[in-house]
This record gives sequence, structure tokens and C-alpha cells, in this order.
Amino acid sequence: MNSAFHTTGGALKDAQTVLAVEQLTRESAKKNKQGKKIRQFWEKAGLYFLLCLGALTMVGPFMWMITTSLKEPSQVFSFSKNWWEEWIPTAFVWRNYLEPWKVVPFARFYLNSIFVAIMVTLAQVATSALAAYPFARLTFPGRDKIFFGYLATMMVPGAVTMIPVFILLRYLGWIDSYKALILPAAFTAYGTFMLRQFFLTLPKDLEDAAKIDGCNYLGIFWRIILPLSKPALATLTTFTFMGTWMNFMWPLIVLNTHEKFTLPVGLAYFQSLHHTDWTLLMAASMLMIIPILLVFIFNQRFFVEGIKLTGIKG
Amino acid sequence: MKNSTKEALAAYGFLMPNLLGFLIFTSIPVGASLFLSFVKWDLLSPPRFVGLTNFVELFQDPFFWKYCWNTVYLMAAIPLGMAGSLILALGMNQKLKGIVVFRTVYFLPTLCAGVAIYMLWRLIYNPEFGVLNSIIAKTGQILGVPLKGPYWLTDEAWAKPALIIMSVWQTVGGYNMILYLAALQGVPRDLYDAAEVDGANSWQKFWAVTWPQISPTTFFIAIMSVIGGFQAGFDPAYIMTGGGPNGSTTTIIYYIYNNAFEWHKMGEAAAIAWVLFVIVFLFTLMQWRFFGKQVYYS
Repeated sequence: MNSAFHTTGGALKDAQTVLAVEQLTRESAKKNKQGKKIRQFWEKAGLYFLLCLGALTMVGPFMWMITTSLKEPSQVFSFSKNWWEEWIPTAFVWRNYLEPWKVVPFARFYLNSIFVAIMVTLAQVATSALAAYPFARLTFPGRDKIFFGYLATMMVPGAVTMIPVFILLRYLGWIDSYKALILPAAFTAYGTFMLRQFFLTLPKDLEDAAKIDGCNYLGIFWRIILPLSKPALATLTTFTFMGTWMNFMWPLIVLNTHEKFTLPVGLAYFQSLHHTDWTLLMAASMLMIIPILLVFIFNQRFFVEGIKLTGIKG
Repeated sequence: MKNSTKEALAAYGFLMPNLLGFLIFTSIPVGASLFLSFVKWDLLSPPRFVGLTNFVELFQDPFFWKYCWNTVYLMAAIPLGMAGSLILALGMNQKLKGIVVFRTVYFLPTLCAGVAIYMLWRLIYNPEFGVLNSIIAKTGQILGVPLKGPYWLTDEAWAKPALIIMSVWQTVGGYNMILYLAALQGVPRDLYDAAEVDGANSWQKFWAVTWPQISPTTFFIAIMSVIGGFQAGFDPAYIMTGGGPNGSTTTIIYYIYNNAFEWHKMGEAAAIAWVLFVIVFLFTLMQWRFFGKQVYYS
């Protein structure tokens, strides 16, 4: 009995101990979990804080651009005691956004840029896709040699070809024309290379099926290859358009007439005219950036995917 | 007609527009440029063959060496920007809400890169009423020490650092960051789990798992950036400093532009362009040799 009692008592005691230990472990686990949660919370908060700080550095200059573009010229040139007066315009001068259009043929610059960018993009994507198709999908004598020629010239800096191309255009009498802006940019080894790499990944089966159905090469290209390559085509389109929109050096070299200037050259010209009028200059700069923002918002999906896809660098 | 002949004809048909343009505007000009580098030509009088004179003169030209040094100096922006891009990508690789917003914001400067941005930075760097020196002065007031920002773009000592700062700002959240992010997302999860079982802390996990796993991306970015770096520096310098002060922001490409299109020395310009090509080519080769081996490919 005694021993039984003892045993029972012992068992009870043991059970109690077990319970207590269990509770303790449960509590400490809870505490641990809580601790982990708290730590994670602070880590995340810290990360957010740093990312926000970085974001502020990125956006700050643009904010300065926008606020400056809305100031009176006199406000730009004064250091004020209150920091907010340096940022927030005393009076919002929306007129600054109208002035560039009157002082220089800004609308003309805009149209020139849009025209040139669209033409270059259309031509480049079309000729690149046409050339990429046989490189990726067809066999013909000299294919690998020609392709190697394309690859080899991709290593040559643009500066090497820039000078003879300028001389050629001058010889043809094309300097100071849109042709000089569009034609040399219409054929790229890069676009051909990039699209070829993409075409190579497409499955062969559809092509074979189309062939059996009596589809010719143009039909295969148009009905099968192109529709399947929308992401790559969209990427090339976006990058070509933006690259052409921002291009400064080549238009600067080949254009002389103000009426033919594209926006970047027009803006540089505007700068030399308005050495001190920063409010107008910032308004004009904003006007140049806005279309790029629109293209980006519209094509954002392709943009990020495209960079991962191709490793394109600006 | 044989099927293979048909295929070849179709292929040439597809290729023709691009191949013609490629020959006229790329392939033949490369050859023509080599020829040009052996002549003196001002576009007015007929070209005069001078053999290697252009190259000999170039190597004796102290300006050329100075501009080479400027080009390399400005490439300090590459490692700085890459480190920044990697840190940003690590931050953005965490599960956070609103990360797309951050990604867009960081991408803005790259997106808008161009003349407008260089105008903006000219204003930011303005010593009298630019926002940067205003911030420096105000920080000084708060700390109680008189601080005065430098004459960024007109002081020879500060012009290059100014361009580097702007370049890092512009590129840090751009293409490289996205490439790093893609690489980070490709690192197998179980490698981290294994490292955790071995008791590795975050720092050790980074060095033992992440860094070797993303090394191909680092290698790729480094090579592409250096190739680009040798050919860079025209647009910002032309807009912001005009290559000055005292030639301190003139790069190789700027010198080519000046020779060809300001001074109409076509032969000399072509010679510099070829030297640039050789530099880029050798550098790419060297990087491939030295660093290619250390890269980990899974």
C-alpha cells in the first residue's frame, strides 16, 4: 500500500514535474517565438527605413527639378533661411511650362524626336527580326561565317564606325537630314543577336506542322515565330525607342538646322540660349522626361523581364 | 528546285535588308576607319597618306594620356555602383510589402538618364544656389561648424568626383540591381537551409552561399561595365563641364569627338578610336583570363 501510495504519489509528483516542465518549455518556446517575431519586426522596420532613405535620395533630385521648374527665377538664386522656402515655390509659376514652346521650336523638337524614335524602332525591330529568323531557324551556306561577322563587330566601339559613317553621309549629302539619324540606326547587330537567341528557344514542332500544311517560310515567320516572340520583340522595341529618344551625340554630330533638332540637342541648345534661366530649363527637362515615364509605365512588365532575359545595359 | 536551295534563297531574302545595312553602316566603316587612321584629312583638301604618324603622334601626346587617365578615374563609379546595386538587391530580395514601388523609384534615375538629368545635376552642383551645397551648409549650421561645399564642376579637384557621385546615383538602382535581383532569386533555397543547419549566421551565409552563387552575374556586370566605361563620358561632360575644368573631365570618347567634329582631324580621330578598340579588346581578354577562373558556375 505504502509503496503503492508512494508509487502513486511518486507518479503524481512525476506527472506534476512533467506538466511543469512542459509548461515551462511551452512558455519559453512562446517567448522564443515572440522574440523571433520581435526581432523580425525590427529587422523589417530597419530595412524599410534604409530603403526609404535610399528612395528619398533617388526622388529628391527630381523633386528639386519639379519645384524649381515652378519657381520665379529670383527664388532660384536666393539662399533662404528656411529650408522649405528652397523647396516650395512662393508662387507656382505654371507659365514656365509654356515658355519653352514659345522661346524655341520646342513642339518641333518634340515631333522630330517622336518621328525619329518611331522610325528607328520600326526599322530596327523589323530588320532584326527578319535577319534573326534565318540565323536561328534556317540553314544556308555561309551562315556561321556571316553570324560571326555580326558578333565580331559588336565588340568594336561605336566611335570607330562613327567617323566613316559621318564621312559617308556627308558624301551622300545626307548631313542635316532625318535620313542621317534614322538609316545608320536602323540595322543593328545587337537586335539581330538578341532576337536570334530568343528564336532559338522556340519549339520546332509547330514549325514542322506548318510546313506539312504547306506554309512557306514567310508564313512560318509571320504566323508562328513572331506571335511566339512577343516578349522579346516588346523588349527590343522598348529599349530601342528609349535609346533613340535619349540619344544625344549622334544628332549633335549630324544636325545643324535648329528645326531638325531632336529633344536632347534642342535642350542643350536651349541651355546655351538661357544660361541663367533655370526655371525654364527645369521645366523643359521635365517635358523631355514625361514621355519616357509614360512608355515605362506602359511597358513596365516587359522592361524588368527584358533586362533579366537579355542582360541589356543602357 | 531542291529544298535546300529553296531554303537558302529564302534565308538570304530574309537576311538581305539587315545585311545590306550592316555592310554599309557597320562592316565597311570598320575597314574604312582603319584606312582613315593612316591618313591626315580635314575633309576639305584630299586625304594624305601618312603611315603610322597618327599613332606615333598620339602616343607622344600628353593630352591623350591625361584623357586616358580621366576615363579610368571615372570608372571608380563602377565598383561603387556595383556594391550599391548588390546591397539594394539584397534588401529588395526580402519579403516586403510595396517592394515594386521601391524598385520603380530606384529605377527612375536610370530610366530618365540623358540630357535632362545632366541639366538637373548642373543645377544641383551649382556652388551658389544648388541644393547640395545648401544641404552641406545647413548641416554645418546644425553641427555648429562652418561648412562650405566645394565648387563642384568648376574646381579641378572636384569635377571628377562630382561626375562619379552622379553616375552612382544614376546607375545604382538600375539594370545592375535588377540583374542582381534575378541572380539572388535563382540561388537554391536548400543551400541556405543546409548552411543554417551548420549554424551559419547571415554574414557567413552571404559569403559561403550567396556570393559564390551570384559570381557569374558579378563577372558579367563587371565586364560589361568596364567595356562601357572605356567608351563613356561624352554626354554628361559635354552638358555639365564641357570637358573642363582644364580638361579634367575629358574622356577618350570626348577627345575623339573633338578631333573629328570640332577640329576636323579625321585621321587622328580614327587612330584614337582604334586605340580605344584595342584597349577594350585587351581588357576584356584579360578579365576573362584572370577572373573567369574564379567564377563559380553551378
